[in-house]
Amino acid sequence: MKFLRQFAARIVGQSIRIFARAITAVRAEWKGIEPVPRQRVYFANHTSNADMPMIWSVLPPALRRTVRPVAAADYWLKNKLRAFVGPEVFNCVLVDRRPEVKDKPMDKIIAALDEGSSLIIFPEGNRNMTEDPLLPFKAGLYNMGVARPDVDLVPTWVANLTEIMPKGEVIPLPLICTVTFGEPIHVHPGESKDDFLKRASDALLAQRPEAHK
Amino acid sequence: MSSTTADILLLALGSFGILITLTVLGEILRARQPVHDANPMLDTYMTRVQSWWGMVAFIGAALLLGKPGIMTLFAFASFAALREFLTLTTKTQADHLALALAFFAVLPLQYVFVGFGWTGLYTVFIPVYAFLFLPMISALRGNPQRFLVRVAETQWALMIAVFCVSHVPALMSLDIAGYGDRSVLLIAFLVMVVQIGDLLDFFFGRRIGRTKIAPGLSPKTWEGLVCGVLSAMVIGAMLSWITPFGLWGAALMAGIASLVGMFGNLVVAAIKRDRGVKDWSHLIPGQGGFVDQLDSVIFAAPIFYQLTKFFYT
Repeated sequence: MKFLRQFAARIVGQSIRIFARAITAVRAEWKGIEPVPRQRVYFANHTSNADMPMIWSVLPPALRRTVRPVAAADYWLKNKLRAFVGPEVFNCVLVDRRPEVKDKPMDKIIAALDEGSSLIIFPEGNRNMTEDPLLPFKAGLYNMGVARPDVDLVPTWVANLTEIMPKGEVIPLPLICTVTFGEPIHVHPGESKDDFLKRASDALLAQRPEAHK
Repeated sequence: MSSTTADILLLALGSFGILITLTVLGEILRARQPVHDANPMLDTYMTRVQSWWGMVAFIGAALLLGKPGIMTLFAFASFAALREFLTLTTKTQADHLALALAFFAVLPLQYVFVGFGWTGLYTVFIPVYAFLFLPMISALRGNPQRFLVRVAETQWALMIAVFCVSHVPALMSLDIAGYGDRSVLLIAFLVMVVQIGDLLDFFFGRRIGRTKIAPGLSPKTWEGLVCGVLSAMVIGAMLSWITPFGLWGAALMAGIASLVGMFGNLVVAAIKRDRGVKDWSHLIPGQGGFVDQLDSVIFAAPIFYQLTKFFYT
C-alpha cells in the first residue's frame, strides 16, 4: 500500500511537471547559483498558488528529491486530495500558523533543515494581491538564517504568474514563466532583523527580469 | 512514389548532406582545440548545427506527411511564437479574455481556414475580424489604462505569430497551373532560401562586414546583407526545378524573400531591444525562441505568398 502511494505520488509529480512545462514553458535561470545539490533555502515571491509547483518543476531531479516546500497546513489538509498532493507529492513541511498551536512552525522548519533538506519558503507570508512587487517580509527567513547560518538563502523570483492566471480568471494563458535564482545571502553577524529583511527583499527584487519592471 | 515525394526526399538528403558537412567541420575544429581551452564561438556553432538537425528532421517529416503534418507543425510554431510574443507585451487583467481568445480561438480558427484553403477567410480573419473584435472584448472590462498600447501590441502579436506564420502552409492552397500537388515544395523553397541567406549573411557579415545598417540595434551590415541576398538568389536558382518560377523567376523570388526577411530581422531586433531581452525565449537550445529562429521566414512568408499568387496563379 505504501509502495503504491509512493508510486502514485511519483506519477502525479511528473504530470504536474509536464503540465507546467507544456503550458507555461517554465524554465530556470541560474543567475547566482549552480543547479548542484547543496543545502539551500529558496525564498520566493508569492502571487499565486502555482508559485511553489513552478519552482519545484524547474529544479533538476537531484535537487527536487531533497527540497521541501514550507506550506500552510490549513490549506494542504483541507481535503483528501490536497492532503495527498501536499505532503506526499511535494513532500511539504506543513506548518500551522494559528498562535494557539503547540508545535511552533520554526521548530519544524529547523528540524527539516537539520535532516539535510533544502526548503522553499515564501517570506511574504501571504499571497501578494497588491500592485507592489513584494510585501514586507516576515521574520521567519531571518530566524532561519540566524539559527542555521551555513545554509545558503537563495532569492528566487517567479515571473509572469499573475498574468498567466490572475485572481478570479478561469482560463490560464499559456505565457512563458521564468524562475530566476540569484546569488545566495546570509545573515551577517550582528545584523539586525530589519536590516537583514530589507537586504533580502532587495536581493529578491534584483532577480526580476528586465522586461517586467 | 510520386514525383513530389521523391523531390522532398531528395531535398532532405541534400540538407542532410550539408548538415553532415557542417557537423564534421565542427568536430574537426573541436578535435584540434586544446582540451582545456574554452571556445564559445565553436560551442555556439555546434549547438546551432544540432538544432538545425532537428529543424530539418521536423520540416522534412512534416512535408512527407503532407497537409496534416504541415498544418500541425506550423500551428505549433504559431502557438510557440504567440506565447513568446505575448509574454513580453503590455497587458492587464482586463485583457485576459481577449488574450485567451487569441490563443484558443483565433489561432486554431486561422489554421482551420488555411487547412480548408478558404482564401477569402484566412487573408482577412486576423486583420479585420480579430482586429475589430478583440479590442471590444478588452473594452467591455472597462479599464482605459494604456488601452491603445495594449490592444495594438496584442494585434501585432497576432499578425506576426499567427497571420504571417500561417502564410507558410497557405502556400499549399495556391492553385498554380501545371504545378499540381507540388505546391508543398514551395514551403521547402521559401524556408531554405531564407535560412541559408541568413546563415551566409551572418558568415559574410563576420568576415567582411564594415558598415552597420542600424547601429545600436543589430550587428547586421550592408556587406553581409548584400552577400546573403546574392547567395539566396544563387540557391534559389539552383532550386528552380522544384518551383513553377523558372530559373530567373526563382532567383528573383528567392532574393526578394531573403531581403524582406533580413529587414524583418531588424524589426524583431528593435522589439527585443525595446523590451530588454536578448532572445524571445529558450525553447530551441542555442538559438533562443521560435521567433528568433524564424523571424526572417515570418516576414518573408506573406510577401512571398502574395507575389506567387499575383504572378503565377
